[in-house]
Order: sequence, then structure tokens, then C-alpha cells
Amino acid sequence: MNLYELTATELSKKLASKDCSAVEATKSVFDRIEEVEGKVEAYLAVTKEEALNKAKEVDEKRAKGEALSPIAGVPIGIKDNICTKGVLTTCASKMLYSFVPPYNATVIDKLCSQDMVMTGKLNMDEFAMGSSCENSYFKKTKNPHNLSCVPGGSSGGSAAAVAAGEVFLSLGSDTGGSIRMPASYCGIVGLKPTYGSVSRYGLVAFASSLDQIGPFGRCVEDVAMLYSAICGRDENDATSVICKYPRFTANCTDIRGLRIGLPKEYFGEGVDAEVKKAVTAAVSELEKAGAVVKQISLPSTDNALSAYYIISSAEASSNLARFDGVKYGYRTESFDGLIDMYEKTRSEGFGDEVKRRIMLGTFVLSSGYYDAYYKKAKLFQKRISLEFEEAFKGCDIIITPTAPDTAFKLGEKVSDPVKMYASDICTVTVNIAGLPAISVPCGKDSKGLPVGMQIIGAKFTEQKLFDVASFYEALTGGPQKVVHVPV
Amino acid sequence: MEYEVVVGLEVHAELNTKTKIYCSCKNAFGGEVNTNICPKCTGMPGTLPTLNKQVVKSAVKMGYALNCTINNVCKQDRKSYFYPDLPKAYQISQYDIPLCEHGYVDVLVNGAQKRIGVTRIHIEEDAGKLLHDDSFSGSLVDFNRCGVPLIEIVSEPDMRSSAEAKAYLDTIRSILQYLDISDCKMQEGSIRCDVNVSVMKKGAEHFGTRVEMKNVNGFSGTVRAIEYEAQRQIEALEKGEEIFQETRRWDDVKGKNFILRSKEDAMDYRYFPEPDLGTIVVDEKELKRLKDSIPELPNKKQMRYISEYGLPEFEAGLLVENIEKAHFFEDCVALNICEPKNILNWLLGDVTRILNERNCEISATRLTSKNLTHMIALIDKGIISNTAGKTVLEVIVDADVSPEKVIEEKGLAQISDTSALEAIAQEIIAANQKSIEDYKKGKTNVLGFLVGQCMRASKGQGNPTVLREILLSIIEKN
Repeated sequence: MNLYELTATELSKKLASKDCSAVEATKSVFDRIEEVEGKVEAYLAVTKEEALNKAKEVDEKRAKGEALSPIAGVPIGIKDNICTKGVLTTCASKMLYSFVPPYNATVIDKLCSQDMVMTGKLNMDEFAMGSSCENSYFKKTKNPHNLSCVPGGSSGGSAAAVAAGEVFLSLGSDTGGSIRMPASYCGIVGLKPTYGSVSRYGLVAFASSLDQIGPFGRCVEDVAMLYSAICGRDENDATSVICKYPRFTANCTDIRGLRIGLPKEYFGEGVDAEVKKAVTAAVSELEKAGAVVKQISLPSTDNALSAYYIISSAEASSNLARFDGVKYGYRTESFDGLIDMYEKTRSEGFGDEVKRRIMLGTFVLSSGYYDAYYKKAKLFQKRISLEFEEAFKGCDIIITPTAPDTAFKLGEKVSDPVKMYASDICTVTVNIAGLPAISVPCGKDSKGLPVGMQIIGAKFTEQKLFDVASFYEALTGGPQKVVHVPV
Repeated sequence: MEYEVVVGLEVHAELNTKTKIYCSCKNAFGGEVNTNICPKCTGMPGTLPTLNKQVVKSAVKMGYALNCTINNVCKQDRKSYFYPDLPKAYQISQYDIPLCEHGYVDVLVNGAQKRIGVTRIHIEEDAGKLLHDDSFSGSLVDFNRCGVPLIEIVSEPDMRSSAEAKAYLDTIRSILQYLDISDCKMQEGSIRCDVNVSVMKKGAEHFGTRVEMKNVNGFSGTVRAIEYEAQRQIEALEKGEEIFQETRRWDDVKGKNFILRSKEDAMDYRYFPEPDLGTIVVDEKELKRLKDSIPELPNKKQMRYISEYGLPEFEAGLLVENIEKAHFFEDCVALNICEPKNILNWLLGDVTRILNERNCEISATRLTSKNLTHMIALIDKGIISNTAGKTVLEVIVDADVSPEKVIEEKGLAQISDTSALEAIAQEIIAANQKSIEDYKKGKTNVLGFLVGQCMRASKGQGNPTVLREILLSIIEKN
């Protein structure tokens, strides 16, 4: 067995007991990258030299008997919208093709202080806008399960890399499903944490009130380990929440009495029959193990997608206004005056999907339209949050499909934005309500593509999500294996 | 046709907090271009603002000083527009719920008290500055000023002349100084103004069309800008032209304004709540603490000086304009060894002259209230002359020594010993026999001349009152 095939927690134990070295593990990962990256195309930048130097440093620390974090020496990949000091951070956009941040995101500082070995920066939809990773300016990442399919988005590179064994763990960001959806498509585990539990400082903002950084792994325990390493209050993020952040575990063996809510709106028409079947079967397994399942209703779900696209686009139009060619990144070659420079730079620097959302967002914030769109969407946000609050009085967790379908073909939805937006139907409500949710694999469809089950909890109940997800995982064969990629 | 001018002012004052409003960069004026900056105040991708709580405290104090309602639960909003000196392409400000609103301030204009409404006070961040350099064809940006905390104080259109606007601005400035929340240095642009002007026929019920002027720096500039714009509008109306609602840019050097944009081109700032910052909450305890910390303000102080100490209105106004002088005055009065009016005269006279010569405040000198009042008391008692007092002041401004010691060392004490003074008087009269005749003929003003001659003979040390009496008795005996 190759080292890269271990889970992160298995590797962590081996490193601690000195069964292998961080240098060996890192080399194994880079050998795997060498082997399959040409097919998967998950990375935008590979930082091999720095990674090997760091791994060597970690091994030396360990040899000296220093107390180290569980993630010390474990190779981790980072989504390319998280600022890494001195390392290109492009957001997969032409606009930031040359942007090297002068500072680290808080999560990067946290991981560096815990001796992370960073393998590189991972591909994504431009500025995290998309559900297939096809909106990257630089390359199209493939789904390791089927190279003609998309890995999901926007954190497609982060999900594909973990699934293909090109890294042990990765960080993504989730604004409307951008962690859970690619985790589902790539057959791995992904967590969208409670809003405010992971610092957003250094995450290039898409929609500030919805964005959240979260971990990917091939098992629940890996995700719990990485989440433990990144969560916590940050003075640099006014929206980060002060509360107790324990070290999270994933070894639950008893779910008797667990109350599971199944909202009927998430099992309706738009959801693929095979997906429904797989998720329902998974719920039945949990029921057999002693959980109590009840049908519930979250009636505002139908309007959630519209509210989501209004709020997220409004914030995006403002957050992306700073990319104007004045300070960093792309500037048009020739221009006549300031306004012309702005127009050409932004027309040439942004891709179609980003421009679509900037225009939508600018429109809904315009005077005369604000009340009809943005204000109304914010009211819906409140209503959706209240419905969830109400639902959690009667159940401990809510289970839904993560995505309405499994991975689709590259190019299949690019010309139909509305169809693409519908991929987020099961995930956006969680962001709108600021809740935590985890996606765990629950079987495959007839095409052999993974199906994901979404487990949603009340705010700051990540431990409960890990409990249920790890229980289910243990019940169904344990951690996911590295996907065989035909080369 | 007689016209009435209607003026409303939007005053932007930079606060003197230690750090900027949303990052920990120093809040300092000047410095090498782009040195006092960080990823946050330059709006680097991924950075987030965190609010400097001191900014809220300063703004709430100003709110109390201007009799406002405090919205102790409020939010911040983004105001979007593209300009190279605005690195995020939005300014964090406050839109529909300002921190303070519905206030007023009383100002004195030509002896009459006038109440000016204060619509609102909100907090916001300053932008950078564009620089132009001959060695470079484009413009350059200095981000040092980005994130400097501002409060914007918006008045009601309650002023009816440039003089009222000037009085309002003077009052606002001295209140900012009294609260010690702004440096109020005009030349550094720490107070800037947008001016709204309209004119209407005297006695008209409705205001005329309002024109906004931007880029007005300095109080005298404000006065000129208002007068220019009012005149421009009156001339247009007289010619039968229409006034358009527009924004104009004031050029202080040319003494003219120019159209910047018309109503049709009005900016849509697309305000929406700033999602990166939480709700501002100032709890009741803190509100009370801030309210209690408001000192007696200049307008109230002035009234009290007039009623309590009998000071003339104008002089009392001059005194309270400078908080240090006012405090020094009160320290002097508290010592209770000389008349408040005498203290006022010295403070506004020679003390102010010395401070102006040196371009400094009282605190930068070594003058103490004890030494100054002591010196004044010595004049009152006739121990030294007024002229000698000025000499003493020059010394005690730079050294904490007792006036008596200065008098002794410099030999400034008056001669009140009658025998010595009589000798001098006899001498002077002997040399000016004609004056006695003149006096007896009714030209009594020669007495002053004779006293002056005696003073000169005594090298200024003779007590003029005593000398006058001696001279009179000699003349009568003759």
C-alpha cells in the first residue's frame, strides 16, 4: 500500500509513532500528483519544494521530541481563494492571475503554526461562482470517478485532489454548497461549518454573510481533525463567534434515540430518483440502528434559491468592485482615461459567470429596486432561519440529499446558467440560515457515480454531525478509498 | 428684490483616535507616501474590517454635545463608487440609521442666539489622496489617509447667511476641541465641508432649488463659497433663469465654483448593510459614562462668564473659543485674588499676543495661574505699574518664579514714598512754571503732562496716583 492511500488520521498516527516520516508521506503525495494530475487537473499551483522543506523540518522537530499537532506533517491542499503569503492566490480568475498576497489568511496562519505541509493551491470556479469547476480561467478539473464528468463546484479542485489521492486533506469554501456539492460528486466527506466558527479573514470574499471555509477528507475523522485545527474565534473577523471550540471526534457507536428529520421539500420533483433512493436507504440504515425518523416540512425552501442568488450576488457585486486594475492583478493593455481603464479591465478580467452575478447584484441593490429584491430576500433569510429553528425543536438533525443529482458531464450545463444554479437547491438554505452541514458518501448510482447525503445540524452542533456521519461511515465500510484514476 | 440665503452644512471631521477606524495602523497625518498602510486599509482581497470602538465613543460624545438622540443599536453600511483613492470601491459609512440624530446647537451671531438643527452624525472612513507628479504622466495614489476615522455632522438648512454658517462652524470646531475628539487642523484638512446653498425671495414659504458644493476647505473658504454661490443664484434668478439641482466643485484659488454633475448624473451609491461588521451596541452604562464625560461646552460657558463674572459678550466668546484659555481663566478666577475682568484683559491682551508670536498654546509655556493672578494683584495694590506688569509677564511666561522676585531683581517696584516723589515733583514744576499758569487758567490737561514728566524722571517707578496728588497740592500752594 502506498502512503498516499492512508487516511489523514492513519498517517497522523504513523507519523506520531515514527512508522513513517513526513518527508516520505509528502514524496508519496507528489509521486501521486505526478501520476494522475495530468488527468485530474486539480491543482493551479504545486509548492513541492516548500512542502518537502517543511516536511523535513517537521521530522526534525519530531526527532527532537517536540509536542506536535495531529496535523503536523500531513500534506494539505488549499483552495485558491484563501490567501497564502508569497504564494499566488488567483481565485481561478484572469483578474488575479498575478496576485501574490502580502499576508496569510487566519486559517493558513493557524495551520502553519501546527506544522502543516502545504502541497499547493487548488482549482475552483472563478471567485467561487459555479457548481462544476468549469468557470476556472485556467483549467477544467475532472471528476476522478469519471474523467468526462465534472467534480462539482466551486471547490472542485479541493474535492478531486482528495478523492484522487493527490493530497490527504484540503480546504475549500462554501457559500451555497461549494464544499458539500463537490464532496458529494467526488465521493468524499466535506463539512460546511457554522457561520462564524471559522475565520473568513484572508478568504477572498464572494458573499460575506454566507461564505465559510471548511475541510475535505476521505473519512469523517479526517474532516473532524482538520476542522478542529481551523475553527475558533478570530480578532480579525468581526463575524467570528466567541464560543467553546472543543477538539472534535468521530467515533460514535450508538445513535439510539437520535431524532432525524426528513424535509419533504428536499425529496421532491427536482431530485433524481436514484439519489432519492440512495439517501432514503441510508436513512433506513440509521433507523435500523435505533434512530427515530420523522417527516418534516421546511416550506420556504422553494424560494430559497432566489433569495440566495439575490443576497449572494448583491454582496458579490460589492466585494468584487475592488478589482479595478488600479492596485494589483490584471489591468487592460491600452485605455483612454480612468473610466475606460475600469471598463476594459473588468470586461476582460472577469469571466461570464462572474459578470452575470455582478450585474445581477448591482441591479438588485440599485435605488428603486432595493426593496423589491434585496430587502425581500433578507426577509426570506429570516423566515428560513426561523423554520430551521422550529424544526430543530422536534429533531436533532435533518437529512437531505447533498445534490439533486450525481456528477454531470463536462459542458453539459455551461450554456444554461439556471439549470446550473438548480444544482445548489439542496445546499443553499444551510448557508442562508448559517447552519453547519456535512456531506457523506452514501452509495453510487447506476453509472457508478457517488451519491452524497447531507446531514444538517443546529448552529454549533458540528460534533453531532461528526457522530452521525462517523456512525454511518462505520456501518457502510469505513473510510473512502483513493479513487483509481485510469492513466 | 430682496433674497434670503438658505444654507445647510455637512461637516466631515477627522477624529483623533490613536489608530484608524478598521485596522491597527496609526491614525497620523502626513508621513512618507504609502507607509502608514496595511492589507486591511488598502482593501487587499480577503481582508476584513474590525471596528475601532473609540470611534463610536467619540461620535456618541459629539452626539450628546449636540443634543442628539443616540441610536445605541445601529449598523454600518457600504457606499459604493469607483475612484482610485477608494481601494475597496466602497466606503464603510452609515446610511439609514446614523449613530446620532435629531440634535441642535445654539450659536451666537451678532449678539443674538440662534438655534441650528443637527440632522444626524454618523461614522465613516476617509479615503486616500490622488497625487500628481510631473515625472509621471498618470496619477499616483497615497493610501495613508485610507481608514482615518471621520464623523459627518449634517445640519438642517437653518442658516440664513454666511455669517451664521461661520458662527456654526466656529461652534462645532470649539466643541470638537472641548471634547478632545478632533485636532481640528484646517490646513491638514481635518475638517472639511460640503455646503448646500439655495436662495429664496424674502418671506417666501418654500426654499429655492438647492445646489451642493464639494471640496470646501477651511472656514473662510466656506464663507467665500456661500457668498459666491448665493450671488450666482440671485443673478441667475434676476435674469429669469432657472436654478438646477446639481453638484458644483468649489475652487478656492479662483474663488469660483464649477459644475461637477447634474441631478441626472446623480450617483447611485447602492447602499446596503456592511456584512463584514456586526451590529454596533453601546450599552446603557457606557452611554451614561459618555454623557457624564461631556464638559461644560463653549456656548454654555460663554453665557455663564457673562452672567457670573460680568464679562462682555464678545470677549467672553473669544475666551471660550480656546479651551485651554478658558480653563486657565477659571483656574485664575478660583484663586480669588483679583478681578475676573482684569484676568480677562491680561489673557486676551498680552498673554494672547505672546502666544500668537510664538504660535503656541498656554500649556507650551511655563505660565501659571498663580503667578499671573499674583502679578495682577500687585498692580491692583499699586506695588507695580501696568507697564512693569508687562515686563514681569515676559519673565513668568518662561519661568515659574514669583512676580515679587522678578520685581525685586529688576527693580520694578513703584516709589510711593511721598518725600522722594515730592522732590521729583518740585523739580518738574520748577522747570515748567508756565504749566502752572496754564492749569490755573483752566487747562487742566497739563496735569497729565506733568505726571508723565515725573514718571520719566523716576524712570517709570513713581506711583502715578501719588504723584498726581503731590503735583496738585504744590500747584494749589503756588
